[in-house]
Amino acid sequence: MSKFDSYRGPDKPASPGRRSFLIGAAAGGIMMAFANAAVLLPADASASANGNGAYGPNIWVEIATDGHITVNIIRAEMGQHVGTALARILADELEADWSQVSIKHVDTDPKWGTMVTGGSWSVWQSFEPLSQAGAAGRTALIEEAAKLLGVPVSACSARDSMVKAGKRSISYAQIVQRGDLTRSYSADELKKMPIKPPSERRLVGVDTQAIDIPEKTDGKAIYGIDAEAAGMLYGCPKLPPTRNGSKVVSVDDSGARAVKGYERSITLNDPSGTVPGWVVVLADSTHAAFEAARKVRVTWQNDDTAGVSEKDIIQHASSLIADPKTGSTVVDDDGVDKAFSTAASLLQQDYTTASVLHFQLEPVNALAFEKDGIWEIHTGNQWQSLILPTLAKALAVDESKVIMRTYLLGGGFGRRLNGDYAVPAALASKAVARPVKLTFTRADDAHFDSFRSPSLQRVRMGFDADRKVVAMQQDACAGWPTQVMVPSFMPKGKNGEPYDPFSISGADHWYSVGAHRVRAISNDLANRAFRPGWLRSVGPGWTNWALESFMDEAAHKLEQDPVAFRLALLDASGKNAGSTPNAVGGALRQAAVVRRAAELANWGSSLPADTGLGIATSFGQERDMPTWVACVARVKVNRASGQVYVEKLFLAVDAGTIVHPDGAMAQVEGAALWGLSMALHEGTTFENGQVRDSNLDTYTPLRMADVPEMEIAFIPGTEVPVGLGEPATTVVGPAIGNAIFAAIGARIRHLPISPDAIRGAMGRAST
Amino acid sequence: MSQFLLNGQAVTADVDDDMPLLWALRDTLHLKGTKFGCGIGMCGACTVHVNGRAIRSCITPVGSVAGQSVTTIEGLDPKGQHPLQKAWIAAQAPQCGYCQPGQIMQAASLLQDFPNPTNADINAVMGGSLCRCMAYVRIRKAIKLAAAEMQGTAPSGAADHE
Repeated sequence: MSKFDSYRGPDKPASPGRRSFLIGAAAGGIMMAFANAAVLLPADASASANGNGAYGPNIWVEIATDGHITVNIIRAEMGQHVGTALARILADELEADWSQVSIKHVDTDPKWGTMVTGGSWSVWQSFEPLSQAGAAGRTALIEEAAKLLGVPVSACSARDSMVKAGKRSISYAQIVQRGDLTRSYSADELKKMPIKPPSERRLVGVDTQAIDIPEKTDGKAIYGIDAEAAGMLYGCPKLPPTRNGSKVVSVDDSGARAVKGYERSITLNDPSGTVPGWVVVLADSTHAAFEAARKVRVTWQNDDTAGVSEKDIIQHASSLIADPKTGSTVVDDDGVDKAFSTAASLLQQDYTTASVLHFQLEPVNALAFEKDGIWEIHTGNQWQSLILPTLAKALAVDESKVIMRTYLLGGGFGRRLNGDYAVPAALASKAVARPVKLTFTRADDAHFDSFRSPSLQRVRMGFDADRKVVAMQQDACAGWPTQVMVPSFMPKGKNGEPYDPFSISGADHWYSVGAHRVRAISNDLANRAFRPGWLRSVGPGWTNWALESFMDEAAHKLEQDPVAFRLALLDASGKNAGSTPNAVGGALRQAAVVRRAAELANWGSSLPADTGLGIATSFGQERDMPTWVACVARVKVNRASGQVYVEKLFLAVDAGTIVHPDGAMAQVEGAALWGLSMALHEGTTFENGQVRDSNLDTYTPLRMADVPEMEIAFIPGTEVPVGLGEPATTVVGPAIGNAIFAAIGARIRHLPISPDAIRGAMGRAST
Repeated sequence: MSQFLLNGQAVTADVDDDMPLLWALRDTLHLKGTKFGCGIGMCGACTVHVNGRAIRSCITPVGSVAGQSVTTIEGLDPKGQHPLQKAWIAAQAPQCGYCQPGQIMQAASLLQDFPNPTNADINAVMGGSLCRCMAYVRIRKAIKLAAAEMQGTAPSGAADHE
């Protein structure tokens, strides 16, 4: 049933099946760690650091003889305060004194297992193993305390890094100093560790200040762009006209030689094929490199993608969708075609979304150098295990000879899942045998972005004579990041064709619609013309735009209230009943957030002229880890100008157990505003092999004055904690589109929503 | 070559006068708290003070600050305890944090001009500072917290006295 059973992606929660847990002496204290087959048997052929499942999230915790606890964090810190959340999970079960806990974001090492931070997975993947690790540590500490105190284990309890037995107590520091904590727990023993009931939690679900925040207020936080090495040269890219199809014919740097500090320009030779057609301009400062790069003239030979534009990509999508044989059937219930052919009435609509830039505020950059036979790559990155093999190939060295040093990320949003920007830094450093710090200008960052692909979708629904929904089909065509960057992660659909799960997720929804088909179609033209990227919320960013806009259209066709229509279909029947442990309650929990958001917004109340409420809902990123979200947008539309004013967003979120409530709230605030920004303020277009917008003069993300009032309610729960980084992103756009329809009767089917589109739709609505 | 006061200390940046102050600070003087975002003065990540006023260091030639007093996030308060910095922590404003030095320096200018800023004042003055994580709700809250502390009043969460 789980699509993740059909392939082994990084998102599968750590199976404790093969992993034992060790506690042992370490320099200055003790160490607690999972040991899995991949670590014990590094030659295991099935264990590739590319993350095909043999590695799980690994956990290493150290307790020093002074009682200080250090939790090693393998996830990237990019604004989600992930280290705080993960350490709280462990510290809670360990009954640790939080004031003695610190976190350490680690550099790459095979012992950590797969290093990836994305998909809203971190807390969800880590909760169970971290809880078990904490409980195992607590159990061992109590056992040793009992021996040291000469009392039975049953007389002992742990709290605040102390074990107490009646009036006697001993600190964790003393236990570490005096006890023998060496333990080895089998996977089965670990599974049976006494995990505390939710009522006994003291840190999980309790607010705290995030550990990473203070240094982000005084200039001390160190990001990748801040990394330096002695003797380094500063590099600036000279980007080719196409992402994949350009070759350098000649380089003329005569103009650059007048720039003080200019060193030389290098045409990269890239055995990994990551950065074809690249020239890197080197100088003695960032400024000189930027200036010189503007004056270097490069002649390229390009392939046909230099002439590809967004309209070609959408046109290509249109022809692919029109062919019923293309793509992968991700959902394909029995009898879909028959249900459509016998339906009493049909509704069909097309939806499009434009290209979207990541525009993480820290432009991509990397510092690379070789030291003592090891290549060091200093950069902020979200998926080290993906780019390490590529870096090794580019440098023509074994992967064991490459290490990535970890830094804070000045925004990730999926851009840094794709570590392609590290490759040219490494190649340039190799070419000049000196450290090279490559910094992209903002325009270069935009032009080299692996932006969100434009998409085209077609949604159909069939109704019987009683106006009951009996069939549904959603076809989605877009560039597929997973196909381009990690095709081994593509499972097969019902028709045996592989698909990018991240580019279709969301269409496999929890509504009971009769016979249901979802078809995922790769846009091969997009895949060639640029490098499609994973952008915050990935597929649901477009699938949910189409789905939730369409559900609204269907409700109106049936003359039903859009909330009531959704609630009736979220009946948790059949495959939508949910399952333990991750999707307990199934569609009923989605219905609950829909109801809650509607209540918050006073759904159904009368509103001023040209003002409307629109609803949209989502189950987040994956059916296997649903985060239930609903949003009602209240908008006012100026009929003359087509301007839409978002007056308020009402959100209801059910993410199960909330580990770090204030951090969770921050994630929902940011995600919702991302959704708003992508709906009304952002969006670019691909023109002749390049994105049109490359800086803030024309690319205009949401600013302070554009922030509407927001009311966000979390549904209290103790279910498995699921992800929060992305899910609230995808409900805002369709909620706004639906609210515009409610306000003035204009139906919008393209993201971003422009005043022109609203005026055009008003014209259609009135004729 | 430019000589100026940097966080109260006399410094010399041995670079061309046309190098943006941002890169002189980061590459030459190795003060990394001031961030590069857009390079065209439109994101605010590079905001520093020159003679107490917020400017965009990415479009300010270092030669133009010769003899002037430059303050960066590192020098806003010797212990990082400026009311804005404390408020930023109290409101848990930063997400990725990359824009926050610039936001804080801009907010310091705001509070000089508008000790008790309205939402409209905040929108107007902070509108040039992009937060890509969109932590705007908390940035606004933190500004009001800091204003209240500096005024010696209780923070007016509903300080919507436009």
